[in-house]
Amino acid sequence: MTTATTIAPPIQPSRWKLLAGYLRRNKSLAIGLGIIFFLVLFTLHGFFAVDEARAYPLKAKPKQPPGILDFSSPEWPGKLPMGSDFFGRDMHAAMVKGMWQTALIGVIAGALGTFIGVVLGFTSAYFGGLFDTIVKGICQILTPIPVFMIQIIIAASLDKRDVTIFTMAGIVVMLAWMGPTLVIRSQVLSMKERQFVSVAKLSGVGNGGVIFGEILPNLLPFIAAAFVSQVFNGVFSSFYLAIVGLGPLREPLLGNIIWAAQSQGAFFNGWWWWPIWPASAMVLILSALALINMGLDELANPRIRRTE
Amino acid sequence: MKLRLILRRVAFLIMVVWAASTITFFIPRMSDRNPIRERFAELARTGGFSASDLEVIVASYNKKFGLDKPLWEQYVDYIGSVARLDLGVSLNRFPKTVMEIIYESLPWTIVLLFVSAILSFVIGNLLGAVAAWPKSPAWMRSVATPFIMFMGVPPVLLAIFLLFFLAFRLKLFPLGQAYSTGIAPDWSLSFVMNVAWHQVLPAVSMILGSVGGWVLSMRGMGVTIQGEDYVNFAEHKGLSGRTIFRDYYLRNALLPQVTGFALALGSLITSGAVVESLYALPGLGQKLSQAIQANDFLVIYGIVLFITMSVATLMVLVEFLYPLLDPRIKQD
Repeated sequence: MTTATTIAPPIQPSRWKLLAGYLRRNKSLAIGLGIIFFLVLFTLHGFFAVDEARAYPLKAKPKQPPGILDFSSPEWPGKLPMGSDFFGRDMHAAMVKGMWQTALIGVIAGALGTFIGVVLGFTSAYFGGLFDTIVKGICQILTPIPVFMIQIIIAASLDKRDVTIFTMAGIVVMLAWMGPTLVIRSQVLSMKERQFVSVAKLSGVGNGGVIFGEILPNLLPFIAAAFVSQVFNGVFSSFYLAIVGLGPLREPLLGNIIWAAQSQGAFFNGWWWWPIWPASAMVLILSALALINMGLDELANPRIRRTE
Repeated sequence: MKLRLILRRVAFLIMVVWAASTITFFIPRMSDRNPIRERFAELARTGGFSASDLEVIVASYNKKFGLDKPLWEQYVDYIGSVARLDLGVSLNRFPKTVMEIIYESLPWTIVLLFVSAILSFVIGNLLGAVAAWPKSPAWMRSVATPFIMFMGVPPVLLAIFLLFFLAFRLKLFPLGQAYSTGIAPDWSLSFVMNVAWHQVLPAVSMILGSVGGWVLSMRGMGVTIQGEDYVNFAEHKGLSGRTIFRDYYLRNALLPQVTGFALALGSLITSGAVVESLYALPGLGQKLSQAIQANDFLVIYGIVLFITMSVATLMVLVEFLYPLLDPRIKQD
C-alpha cells in the first residue's frame, strides 16, 4: 500500500518523430518526397561527376549505347554511362542539366502562377464587385480553350533563337494563373462568411488584419497544394511545348531531347536509349509531383486524413 | 424556357470562339516576325530568286492577304473569315488551303480520339464502380489500382515506353506510321486491318493515360452514394445487387462523370495531338508539328483555332445531353 504510484509525465515525441509518423501514414506524400530526394541526389552527384558542357552537341562520340549496361568493359561503367545521342551529346550530362532545367521551368511557372492566382483570387473574392465579375468572366471564357493551343500560338510567334528556359516559363505562366485563381477565390468566398472572420471584423480588425491574420493562415494548405499542382502543370506544359519542337532547341530540356530523338527516328535506327532516359526522368518527376499533390490534399482536407 | 438555355449556351460558345480568334489574331501581330517574309527569305536562301525580288514578292503578298490595311480592318476581315471557316492558305504547300489540310487529316484524329475516349470512359467508370462496390470480390477491386498509378503519367510518355517494350523490343507492333510502307491505301480488308494494327499502340497509350482519372472519380462517387438513404432503402426492399449496381450506382454517378468528360476534352485532344505526332500518324497533331517545323504560320494558327472551336462546341453539345441523362434538369 505504501508504494507510491508515480505517473510518468506524458512524453511529447520530438518533431522529427511526429513527422516520420505522419509520413508513414501519408504514403503518397512520403513516396513523392522520396522520389524528389532521389532526383535531387542524382543532380547533386551530377554537378561533381559530369561536365555540363558535354550536354551540348559535338562534345562526345555520337550514337554510343549506354556503358552502364556493358559489364564486360574493364573500365565499367565507362566514359558514357548513359550513352550519347546522334548529335554527340553525352546523355549523362544532358540528363543532369536537362533535369534541373525542366524543374526550374516548373518551379518558376508554379511560383509566379500561384502568386498571381492568390492575389487575383483574394482580391476578387474579398472585395467582390466589378473586379470579381471581370476576373470570373475571363476565367469562364478561357476555360473551354485548351491552354496548350494558346501556348503554341505564343511560342510559335517568338523567334526560335530568342527562346530560353525563362521565356518557356513565361509562356506557361501567362495562362497558368486561372486554376489557382478559381481555387483561392472559392476558398476565400466560403471563409469570409465564417464566424471567426466576423468576430475579428466586429472587434475592429482592419481589412489587412483580417486578410493576413485570419484568412491567409487558414489558406496555407490550399496555397501549398495549388503551388504543387502549378509546378506539375508548368513541367507538363513546357514538356508538351518542347516535344512538338517549340522549346529552346539548343538546351538539353527533357522534352527537347525526346523531340530530337523522335525527329531522327531513334527507335527505327535502334538508338533506344536516346528517348528512354528523358522519358524515365519525366515519369519520375511527374509522378512524384502527382503523389505529393495527393498527399497534400490529404493534409489540407482533414476529412480524408488517415489516423493511426 | 429551354430555348432560352440553348440560346445562352450558343451565345457563350460564340464568345469563346471570338476570344480564341482574337487571341490568334493579336498575339502573332505583337511579335515582329513576318511569316511571309520569313518563308520567302528561306526560299531565296535555297536559291529560287534574288534577294532584291524578295521585297517585291513580300509586298505583293501582303497586299494579297490584306496585310497592308490598318489593323482594325484586318481584324474585322479576320473575324469574318473565321466565321466563314476560311482559315487562309498554307505557305508551305501553297495552293492548299488550311481547311483542306485539316479535312485530309481530320478522319485519323477523329477515329483515334473517339475510340480511345469512349473506351477509357467506359472502362474507367466500370472499374471505378466495381472498386467502390462493397459486394464485388477482392480481386476485382484490386484490378483498378494499377490504372490509378498511371494517372500522373501523360499519354506521350506511356507511348514512348509502349514503343520501346512492345514495338522495339518484342516487335509485336509497328514502330509508328499509319500503315506499312509499300502498300497503297484502298478499302480492302487487309489494308483496313493493317491500319487498325498500327492504331493499337496509340489508342492503348491514350487509354492507359486517362483511365485512372475516371476510376478515381467514379470510386469516390460510389463511396458517397453508398451512405445514401435510398441505397439502404433499396437494399432493405430486397432489390438484387445487379439492379442496385446498375440503377442506383451507375445512374447517379453518370451525370457528374459526363460533366468531367466535357471538362477533360481539352486535355484529351491536346494529348492526342502529341501522341499522333510521336507515332507519325497523319492526323491533326502531326500536321501541327510539321507546320511548326516548317514555320508554316497560317497552318499553325488555323489548326489551333480549329481545335479550340471543336473543343468548345463539343463541351456545349455535352451540356445539351444533361436533360436526357437526368430528367430533373428538364424542369428548371
